[in-house]
Amino acid sequence: MTAAVVTGLGVAAPNGLGTEAFWKATLAGQSGLAPLTRFDPAQYPSVLAGEVKGFVAEEHIPSRLMPQTDHMTRLALAAADWAIGDSGADLRQLPEYGMGVVTAASGGAVEFGQRELENLWSKGKEYVSAYQSFAWFYAVNTGQISIRHKMRGPSGVLLTEQAGGIDAIGHARRHVRKGTPLVVSGGVDAALCPWGWVPQIASGRMSTVTEADRAYLPFSTDACGYVVGEGGAVVILEDAASARERGAPRVYGEVAGYAATMDPAPGTGRPSGLRRAAENAITDAGLTPQGIDVVFADAAGVPELDQAEAAAITGLFGRRAVPVTAPKTMTGRLLAGGAALDVATALLSLRDGVIPPTVNVRVPAPAYGLDLVTGQPRDTNPSSALVLARGYGGFNAALVLRRTEN
Amino acid sequence: MSATTTVTLTDLTRMLRESAGEEEGVDLDGDVLDVPFDELGYDSLAMLQVIGQIQREYGIRLPDEAIAHADTPHALLTLINTSGEVPQAG
Repeated sequence: MTAAVVTGLGVAAPNGLGTEAFWKATLAGQSGLAPLTRFDPAQYPSVLAGEVKGFVAEEHIPSRLMPQTDHMTRLALAAADWAIGDSGADLRQLPEYGMGVVTAASGGAVEFGQRELENLWSKGKEYVSAYQSFAWFYAVNTGQISIRHKMRGPSGVLLTEQAGGIDAIGHARRHVRKGTPLVVSGGVDAALCPWGWVPQIASGRMSTVTEADRAYLPFSTDACGYVVGEGGAVVILEDAASARERGAPRVYGEVAGYAATMDPAPGTGRPSGLRRAAENAITDAGLTPQGIDVVFADAAGVPELDQAEAAAITGLFGRRAVPVTAPKTMTGRLLAGGAALDVATALLSLRDGVIPPTVNVRVPAPAYGLDLVTGQPRDTNPSSALVLARGYGGFNAALVLRRTEN
Repeated sequence: MSATTTVTLTDLTRMLRESAGEEEGVDLDGDVLDVPFDELGYDSLAMLQVIGQIQREYGIRLPDEAIAHADTPHALLTLINTSGEVPQAG
């Protein structure tokens, strides 16, 4: 079976706009978590967020697209442009039906939707944008990327909350294996508006701590929930042979294994399906746990979820047997963008042979038995990575990435 | 609400830009009066958005069927300015 490889990355993250700015900040341990400014969160219990800074939409998005997109889709279009540019692919040389788009979404473009619903009830239906017909929609990032780049191949959108970034890439890999040479995948989310905020508060998992360096401490005894951020990553997935044929300038790595599972219904007493997802993804990659050099954790920051994830990791690898990291401590959890950004981070980790740190967690809870990479990056020259993600509602996803010979 | 009784090409191009942006390579300030909207880069949804803005700004109602046939700025302006519903100055 043909190998699916990543040939391009586009990153928009709270601690860095653009892949290299993000990677530099991540290795330096620079966090993008801060008090929310996009709207006034004073009336809500959670007031911190990871906002993407310095993004001037007009510099990236043509004026024709401005009225029909919101912040989320503009970030996604910019990240897609960067990823395509990074891949060096000349899209005019590729068949339109040989290029697809599969992205992850959580609530759609809720900022756009909120504004138009406000117009509807405060001013009347005449004031609702005609673009509300699609601009808020879950599939809007996939659709806009597809239209902009004339990618008419198999496309779609996956909604499994935080697991979506991995599920999208797993699905994109299926399309590559079935013969679509190039698929744009990943996820970019931005729901920093009241309509995006309130449902997450209702999950009971958001941190209410107001100090940015104490609010999101996964695997710590002080874990108190997570901070939400915006952004994510777009990846270009290609058939290894066609990437080679067109002379792709670089291959970040192979998407070697993928698996997804569902958690059992609450109250059944059965364990989370996360370990099974990880196990299946490793098997799918033709590896054993000993072949994994680093784990990028889902890192919910909620004690019982941290405990379940630590149990899945130590159950599979043994106690303190594999380095585990959560660079999302610098960005917050990015909903549909989160796992996609972790995949990009893991690929950069393989490229440069260094594991980025988990920040702000000074001492991981000893009971979890994790070898958490804290404080400084670790130069262990990893050649394979396991990325884990869980989405609210019981979704588990795992992806195995492997360095390839360029 | 406009203070004039006539909607001009300048008014229309402003509303096109505000509602649906401007296609790269198209100069709306040029001689566009008789250029079909689709050649100017405005699809049916963009036209729906622009017509919504015209109706809000000028307090008029335009019939859906008529809009479908007004496929150039000239035709649309004629429709607007003969609709008999454009309010008088003041």
